[in-house]
Amino acid sequence: MVADNGGGIFFLVYLFALLTAGIPIMILEFGIGHKYRGGAPLSFAKMSRKFEWLGWSQVIVCFFIAVYYVLVIAWAMSYFYHSISLGYADDPSGFFYNNVLGLTEGPFELGGIQTQLLIPLAIAWAINFIAIYAGVKGGIEKLAKIFIPVLFLMVVVIAVRGSTLPGSAAGLNFMFEPDFSRLFDFKVWTAAYGQIFFDLSIAFAIMITYSSYLPKKSDLTGNAFTACFTNCGFSLLAGIAVFSILGHMAHSQGVAVQEVAGDGVGLAFVTFPAAITTLGGMAPLFGMLFFLALTMAGLTSLISINEAAIAALMDKLDMKRKKVTVVYTGVAAICSLVIATGAGLYILDIVDHFTNNFGIVFGGLIQVLLVGWIFNLKSLQDHINSVSEIKAGSWWVFSIKFITPLVAGYTGIMTLVGDIKVPYEGYPQEALLVMGWLVLAVIIVGGFLLSRLKWKNEIYLIEGVKDNVR
Amino acid sequence: MSGSALTMMIIAMVLLWGGSAYFLIKAYNSKSF
Repeated sequence: MVADNGGGIFFLVYLFALLTAGIPIMILEFGIGHKYRGGAPLSFAKMSRKFEWLGWSQVIVCFFIAVYYVLVIAWAMSYFYHSISLGYADDPSGFFYNNVLGLTEGPFELGGIQTQLLIPLAIAWAINFIAIYAGVKGGIEKLAKIFIPVLFLMVVVIAVRGSTLPGSAAGLNFMFEPDFSRLFDFKVWTAAYGQIFFDLSIAFAIMITYSSYLPKKSDLTGNAFTACFTNCGFSLLAGIAVFSILGHMAHSQGVAVQEVAGDGVGLAFVTFPAAITTLGGMAPLFGMLFFLALTMAGLTSLISINEAAIAALMDKLDMKRKKVTVVYTGVAAICSLVIATGAGLYILDIVDHFTNNFGIVFGGLIQVLLVGWIFNLKSLQDHINSVSEIKAGSWWVFSIKFITPLVAGYTGIMTLVGDIKVPYEGYPQEALLVMGWLVLAVIIVGGFLLSRLKWKNEIYLIEGVKDNVR
Repeated sequence: MSGSALTMMIIAMVLLWGGSAYFLIKAYNSKSF
């Protein structure tokens, strides 16, 4: 992402996007959840019953993401295990696509469930289940208190060791070298704004849900600034760790960094394992550290995604956490078996593209349009400012009303036009129809249908959910 | 590393890590944790 978009220049634009869209939306979502004391559907329903469907659409997005994202964690767990013997050292590409994924020829050629993924998949669901079943304070908070510092320390170790390896400077150069000619390139700006949405987990129910648990007197803008800066600061650290090791790999192979750098799944599970094997005696330890860090990062994200959906169901059905967690996790775990087949990577890629680029971006766009232009934004602003030290002033209102709708709208429409003109990644149209457009239809129609379902306890629509209920 | 890449790296570090540290200290002082 950084290398394709002007290197160091991307960071400046990204920082601008953080200040003008990331932080303002984070404050908005913290404000909504904190004021209305509910998950996304309940919070939107309390603003106006006509808004409830948006909350459910965001919850369905969470469900789809959880179903495929858990497989990425299962792959990372599997790589953690194989790092002990460096099982991937001889042929990293063949190991990933054949041994781990059992990849078939196309998205409709399922090729059966890959049994080697079942154990890590079961472990990932089990950790997720235990954390959510035990509740926010008893499970999620306790797990985060262990996972986040450990994750941070591991990435610091990898970054420090990586940046002292021969050739690491070339990797960092590749990451940070600014291409000033791209400063006014609109593509760089839309990429940075798009990235902010995904990096901060905004516009898909999570932040609204978590802020509903915050104490009444919580500094909302302060929390939003802290969460946004630490999240992006950590991404920078992880980038330094990865690129310095890629630089070392390029150095040891005598090639340019751009020849070894990839992105997404390929970077994590093909390029990086290849880079790890160049570290000599340290390779198994570094492999285990890296994939354990990836597993922990994935699990904390998965838990937050599922909590957003489970909290919404608890609100609507007025059911106990334990019962909802059992049913929801069971259904999601069964659905995730589809991604554990030989066609899993294709299905994951298509569903991910549609949920992220349309589900989240258009969900975010509709959210800021509804809240910024139709709902009384001033009342939300007053609530936020009544508890916050840094005031959400006219800069915040301007970001919510103008900057975010313009950027999200432009990004979403350009991707939509691009996908209509050229099939995404050259996949067959039938596959895009079933795994992409149909998923999108489920997100929209499902949102409307769930909003028509009667609230079991309508008092929540007036008072919100009491702190001790969840 | 080239001078411009190093400058960009330092700017990113100062802004993002400096910003993180500032808000974490602020949160700690106001007992938001």
